[in-house]
Amino acid sequence: MAEAVAQNIIFGILVGALYGLAAVGIALVFGVTKILNVAHGELMMVGGYLSFWLFTLFDLDPFVALPISILCLCLIGAVLYKFLFARTVKLPEEEKIKNTMLIGFGLTLIIQNVALLLWTADDRGITTAYSGQAFTLLGLRFPYVRVAGLVISLVCLFALHFFLRRTYMGKAIRATVVDWEAASLVGIDVHKVYLLSFLIGTALAGVAGTLVLVSFSVEPAMGMHWTLKSLIVMVLGGVGNFIGTFFAGILLGVTESTAAFFIPGNYRQVVGLILFLLILIFRPQGLFGRKER
Amino acid sequence: MLKVDNISAYYGDLQALWGLSLQVNEGELVALVGPNGAGKTTTLKVITGLLKLASGSISFDGSDLGKETAHKIVELGVSMVPEGGRVFSGMSVLENLELGSFIPNARKVKVESLKAIYEVFPRLEERQKQQAGTLSGGERQMLAIARALMSKPKLLLLDEPSFGLAPILVQQMFEMIEQINKQGVTVLLVEQNVRAALELASRAYVIENGRIVGEGKGDVLLSFESIRSAYLA
Repeated sequence: MAEAVAQNIIFGILVGALYGLAAVGIALVFGVTKILNVAHGELMMVGGYLSFWLFTLFDLDPFVALPISILCLCLIGAVLYKFLFARTVKLPEEEKIKNTMLIGFGLTLIIQNVALLLWTADDRGITTAYSGQAFTLLGLRFPYVRVAGLVISLVCLFALHFFLRRTYMGKAIRATVVDWEAASLVGIDVHKVYLLSFLIGTALAGVAGTLVLVSFSVEPAMGMHWTLKSLIVMVLGGVGNFIGTFFAGILLGVTESTAAFFIPGNYRQVVGLILFLLILIFRPQGLFGRKER
Repeated sequence: MLKVDNISAYYGDLQALWGLSLQVNEGELVALVGPNGAGKTTTLKVITGLLKLASGSISFDGSDLGKETAHKIVELGVSMVPEGGRVFSGMSVLENLELGSFIPNARKVKVESLKAIYEVFPRLEERQKQQAGTLSGGERQMLAIARALMSKPKLLLLDEPSFGLAPILVQQMFEMIEQINKQGVTVLLVEQNVRAALELASRAYVIENGRIVGEGKGDVLLSFESIRSAYLA
């Protein structure tokens, strides 16, 4: 019994890292630009399918091909930002959130249908030499690909943290979040900051999508599921603290997997939503968020 | 150095500036005074590119500021301290100062600038690790001015630097502004503290309802009956 619970917690942490990574992307974009990109899950899907193609067509290992996916997703992000989201930049915050949500929902429809055309509605997964392999520690199973997913997520998280804390551009992003007018008064190109943040967000979606492909599988309708999870995690963690967001992802993963122990698997999705409601009621600033900025 | 010629600007449909003109020559300390809502801050916002210029022209050292974006204008040598300082609250004092030297030319001399700043504002050096949001009002204003100076501006625009400060700090603030000006930075000062501003400035403009209604040497304006009764009564 205890071993089974522990095993569940391990799987919860491993899947939670993916929730966290997905959520950090959506939260970064929202925190900096106030663009609520509900097509984030679809961008993950695109990242997943790209890695799928690179694997099946060019025999490229998905982990090796990660930089290619990141680059492609950045390109897609740049196009989406320039032609769609940039138009909303000047709107007041509330209008911006609503308008970008509309754009995002439109995008989900388009991307989903393009995916249906290109890859059909079948689940697509890949089998590498190491798929399904695992190592055992203290009697618990650790699948290689999922552990790699956790490690890569952590690397992304700490790279982002370092970038925001230590580099000039990262500090410019943080300053823009606090006060974009004051930021432009010290010579920061606010539009560049917005574009860059959006690109980092889409790049993270690309990484997360690839990790979903190697850990599970991808299919055209997966986007909404991941967007929803990301939003739950973002609210859970509190906006403006990415490490908090990431750990909220792990918390959701663990909660879901341990809850699956007590309630039937079909209701597992409900657990996250209940957690979401509880947080909104009792701690609207999120678990790790500050009450006000 | 700065020539603002017949400019108008709008907030949505609301016209805020009506054909306003003013000029600041190199090395001067010019004050722009007037009642609340007269368009003082708006004027600064148009000069710095935060608000779009509707008509007229603004030239600075031969560049047409009306066509430039806000961040480019900083690179050209115009820096503004917004009202209330608006420091980056969640970031440390040092990070705020570093961001002050964000533009390429300032970044090259960051270390020297920082040293010079700490000589003028030793308090900021003591608090360099502290979060800017936890500073007192006076310190925050100091930090905002220091941050603006880090960009090595030729022209410094100050929006109500004395606002919300204790009287003893107001005195210090004005002395500091005089110092900065004496070190060769041209200053355009927006103030509600009309008497102090006019005493300090070499020249001043009086603004009302988005138009310049008076101009002259500070002490001359101070002696005007209309100004005395309107602002100093």
